[in-house]
Amino acid sequence: MNILGILFNFVVFPGFLFSAFVGLLLTWVDRKVTARIHWRVGPKIYQPYADFLKLLIKETIVPEGSSRTLFFLGPLLGVISMSIFAVMIFQMNFDPTSTFVGDLIVMIYLLAVPAIGIILGGSASKNPLASVGASREMTQAFGYELPFLVSMAVIVLKAGGTIKFGEIIAVQQSGGPFLYSLSGIIAAVVILFTIQAKLSFVPFDIPEAEQEIMAGPYIEYSGVTLAMYKITRAMMFFLMPLFLVSVLWGGLTSWWAVLKVLLFVVLIILIKNTNPRLRIDQALKFFWVGLGLLSIIGLVLAFYGK
Amino acid sequence: MANAKLWGLTKSPWVFHVAAASCNNCDIEILDVLTPRWDVERFGIVLVGSPRHADALLVTGVLNRKSLPRVIQVYEQTPKPCLVIGVGTCTCHNHIFEPSYNVVGPYDKYIPVDVYIPGCPPKPEAIILGVVKALQRLQ
Repeated sequence: MNILGILFNFVVFPGFLFSAFVGLLLTWVDRKVTARIHWRVGPKIYQPYADFLKLLIKETIVPEGSSRTLFFLGPLLGVISMSIFAVMIFQMNFDPTSTFVGDLIVMIYLLAVPAIGIILGGSASKNPLASVGASREMTQAFGYELPFLVSMAVIVLKAGGTIKFGEIIAVQQSGGPFLYSLSGIIAAVVILFTIQAKLSFVPFDIPEAEQEIMAGPYIEYSGVTLAMYKITRAMMFFLMPLFLVSVLWGGLTSWWAVLKVLLFVVLIILIKNTNPRLRIDQALKFFWVGLGLLSIIGLVLAFYGK
Repeated sequence: MANAKLWGLTKSPWVFHVAAASCNNCDIEILDVLTPRWDVERFGIVLVGSPRHADALLVTGVLNRKSLPRVIQVYEQTPKPCLVIGVGTCTCHNHIFEPSYNVVGPYDKYIPVDVYIPGCPPKPEAIILGVVKALQRLQ
């Protein structure tokens, strides 16, 4: 492939621009569904785009005494990792043979990078509330990575021990999706909660609790840098349900896959709107004891082929 | 290009609530505006927790010696362009607190105020009208 094609893939389709566009659309879906649950009208369809455009033209303030490099690196890391993730997930879905050994592990790492960006940015902002938010984000990341990795192990086990993402999709396309089994359902539930925590949505929005620590790690961010965090969040909101559909529900085989992604998106929104915020220790206990045990049960079931 | 900028600014004003020692009435009315009954998210108005994210400051209360430096600091922390909307009669003039030793006068002596919303406290409809007028002033 020529270099222009690769650049096109990373920047326009399916990389940054496309996934950001769809992600912002899903952000609107989130806000509209939330509004309907509150029994109000809700924003218009262009609202997330207007927000993004406005943030681009606002002044960007770097707080005095903060680490300038890290302050800008934090939001950039998330956008870059999510763009690479988008390219990988679409490439494997369109052409499962273009896989390489260990790309599932690369994708798991890429999913962990936005949290690292938030921690870096929050710690660099020289604000006590941002530091509290960053430390909570770190604790929560330790919490949700454990059940997430065990569920990934379930998927690897069901795919016959391969760590190639393309092969996982190919196995499902020939032998039926992994979701149609007990361990597959358990893995889907665990990954759904992990997505909720990775997006910091309400039961797990402890790092950026609006009422206690304002916006947590984002508190000092303004203008373009805040827009980058918002766009990272929007891209994750699109790509992580897509990832879940890819590893458990057969990938992007037909137009039904769009509905499958939307189903998970709406599930995430419903969980967000019907739960109160947990404390950080409760969240950690939930992930390590509750979901950890559940995912290990799933692993044992998958080992016996259930 | 200028039109796109203006469109973005007018369609998504995020507000930060600066309660500069008001008697709490205006604050309660502002919270009323943000409830599902009035649903200002229709217009893209969202309450944010940090002045760094804000496009409009809703200031309430009569300015006194203690709150003046804080209000100026919050105004300086807000990224420009930003609007300042004074909610309540106390922001227009010193109201019934005029003879007090502690009162340092109306806001526009210190920071530029775009729109005043009189009333003690103003109705939620009046607050929405004031924000709309502030946005029209941008155009």
